Amino acid sequence: MKQQAIDQILGKYDYEHSSIIGMLQDLQEKENYLPEKDLEYISERLSMPLTRIYRIATFYNAFSLAPRGRYLINVCLGTACHVRGAARVLDKLKMDLGIDVGEMTRDRLFSLETVNCLGSCALGPIVVVGGEYHGQMTPARVASAIKKYRKKRSRKRDGKD
Amino acid sequence: MERIRSPRELEEIRQEILRGRDPDKPCITICSGTGCHAYGCERVTEAFRAELKKQGLEKRIDLRTTGCHGFCERGPVVLINPQKIFYQRVTPEDTAEIISETLLKKNVIERLLYIHPGTGERIVREDDVPFYKGQMRIIFGNNGKIDPRKIEDYIAIGGYSALSKVLTELSPEEIIDTIKRSGLRGRGGGGFPAGVKWESCRNAPGGKHYVICNADEGDPGAYMDRSLLEGNPHSVLEGMMIGAYAIGSDEGYIYVRHEYPLAVRNVGVAIDQVRECGLLGEDILGTGFNFDIKVNRGGGAFVCGESTALMASLEGQAGEPRAKHIHTVESGLWDKPTNLNNVETWANVPLIINKGVEWYTGIGTETSKGTKIFSLVGRVNNTGLVEVPMGMTLREIVYDIGGGVPGDGKLKAVQTGGPSGGCIPESLMDIPVDFDRLTEVGSMMGSGGMIVMDDTTCMVDIARYFLNFLKDESCGKCTTCRDGTRRMYEIVDAISQGEGREGDIELLEELSWVVAEASLCALGQTAPNPVMSTIRYFRDEYEAHIKDKRCPARVCKALITYVIDEEKCTACGRCKKVCPVEAISGEKKVPHRIDPEKCIRCGACITECKFDALEVV
Repeated sequence: MKQQAIDQILGKYDYEHSSIIGMLQDLQEKENYLPEKDLEYISERLSMPLTRIYRIATFYNAFSLAPRGRYLINVCLGTACHVRGAARVLDKLKMDLGIDVGEMTRDRLFSLETVNCLGSCALGPIVVVGGEYHGQMTPARVASAIKKYRKKRSRKRDGKD
Repeated sequence: MERIRSPRELEEIRQEILRGRDPDKPCITICSGTGCHAYGCERVTEAFRAELKKQGLEKRIDLRTTGCHGFCERGPVVLINPQKIFYQRVTPEDTAEIISETLLKKNVIERLLYIHPGTGERIVREDDVPFYKGQMRIIFGNNGKIDPRKIEDYIAIGGYSALSKVLTELSPEEIIDTIKRSGLRGRGGGGFPAGVKWESCRNAPGGKHYVICNADEGDPGAYMDRSLLEGNPHSVLEGMMIGAYAIGSDEGYIYVRHEYPLAVRNVGVAIDQVRECGLLGEDILGTGFNFDIKVNRGGGAFVCGESTALMASLEGQAGEPRAKHIHTVESGLWDKPTNLNNVETWANVPLIINKGVEWYTGIGTETSKGTKIFSLVGRVNNTGLVEVPMGMTLREIVYDIGGGVPGDGKLKAVQTGGPSGGCIPESLMDIPVDFDRLTEVGSMMGSGGMIVMDDTTCMVDIARYFLNFLKDESCGKCTTCRDGTRRMYEIVDAISQGEGREGDIELLEELSWVVAEASLCALGQTAPNPVMSTIRYFRDEYEAHIKDKRCPARVCKALITYVIDEEKCTACGRCKKVCPVEAISGEKKVPHRIDPEKCIRCGACITECKFDALEVV
């Protein structure tokens, strides 16, 4: 991210050390992850040790230090989804994408992550792909759910979208 | 909205809003909670809007998007007022018909009605749907009446009248006394008397005082706080303002999970609105009371629901709890006296002030007053949020409101209290639900998650699930919690893999004791509950896994095999097609077979088979 844009984020919080979580959230919203050089810049601008920023970034689950794919796939592993078979849905996703939780596909299209509860328990098992909710998932429905996003991208490549 | 300078002006504005509203005017109310959003309620709303415009009915018929109605299982939910006709699973294609048939010709569309699963009867009115009938929705009911992004709607139903009342008629001491006498206990899990907490905080020396709303609803399977904050944010804000006035605070925080984007947005809109009309900020209602609220998003750490960890997180630290020899009401955020309550607790406050202690204490049991919102989820027919008076039995909640377990499943247990709670077996379904009874049977109220489990749920797997959750969410400060939960997970995991050994259960019991006794915060102290309660009530299932290498519920992958019943198999080839590892073989017209060596037990074939030919043994 451009340094000017980072300063804008820091300025929004008056360069207050106590708002570091909010700053990192804003940065990640823009960049999809927390780039190392941006964290170094923040550390410098706030006069805050990089180790402390690293501690925050690794303590909270919401942050990622590695780049993430265009579409983030989040599998809800809340209790309600679990008793309805979320683990089997996750297994199928891992297999189809060929990646483990926390990894990104080689074409940089998908990242696979899990979340502890989205509070949409009636729809469980639930999978969120790029912000879109897919409820009542089954292992059998996984392939068609992902296919849509693959198509989206190929359409974009062909200039049709 | 214009600035409101006094209680009288607030009342005038309320009357003005009400004068402009006709209670008999037809209104299409669409639930827009996160659940219905996921079902596509936005498209339904758009379709209604377009259709009303097309037919030139925009002035004659109101369209309102509201917060969560609770019956998420049946979304998108649409309510036709004033008749309260309840339509479920509405699609954009249904909208034109609803307008022409129901709103113009007053005909009910049978197809969209809810069908009683027991009697097969179609139910027209919302109040008659069994899911709603058994409830007492004093807190949650307003969700369906108001648009959370319109402060006018909240004011129209009497909003901010409790604030106006306390600022003009009551002293802080009188408010605290009212809350104490109401018997209101913290809805976040601990069940500590709210009035006592407020009093200690008010009396604590130290200049500045803070109030916090804990909306870091981390228990998996619980989402009532999200729905309240999303659907009726002003009720939470009003509760906080009353609390702040009673305690003597001028600054408040709402700490909300970042996984709840809609709640963050709606509460943000609500705060902007109250600030704009002067109900938040300086000299509120001309009484000299100053108060402001900030919203902080959580970072996705379960432990931050613990009060001291939450405060550390607000200060920009890693969310680690501290010892509470000195209570947070004396030294909390920035070492100042801080009063923290949960979303639902705050939402109870305006109601108690308006309706009085007598009324409030008339609801509930001896030691637990009022209602509680539960999220009834898992293996239950009517999934959703239910608000019931304290003291209702688990059986009434699961069967009368929840409609029992789906299919021919048999109820096995109800898990309450999230990862800190326990599993209550079927034999104890007749206990009244309140803070103390749940604790007695080895579980707890928690924030109100209620996960129904049937015979397809393996209790060892559930214990393993919660331990996996807790070992990941332990902040790592205490060795007993950090390593204890990990060791317990390894033991239970081994049991579920068929590698359990004699003595494992006893070892788990011993470890449980150590983790509970030697950990600092409630996360560690209650972490063994899921294991302890499942051992207490379902010891036979553990023994089946350890001794017989058998999973009675047929869940634990290492202990089950998938087979095809050759009599039932029609060789349609569906299972063969979906099998991700090509473990199924068979030609046309020849019953198929599964190679147990290749099979990864993903279950894809079972969901695909139309003939019930797949079995798990």
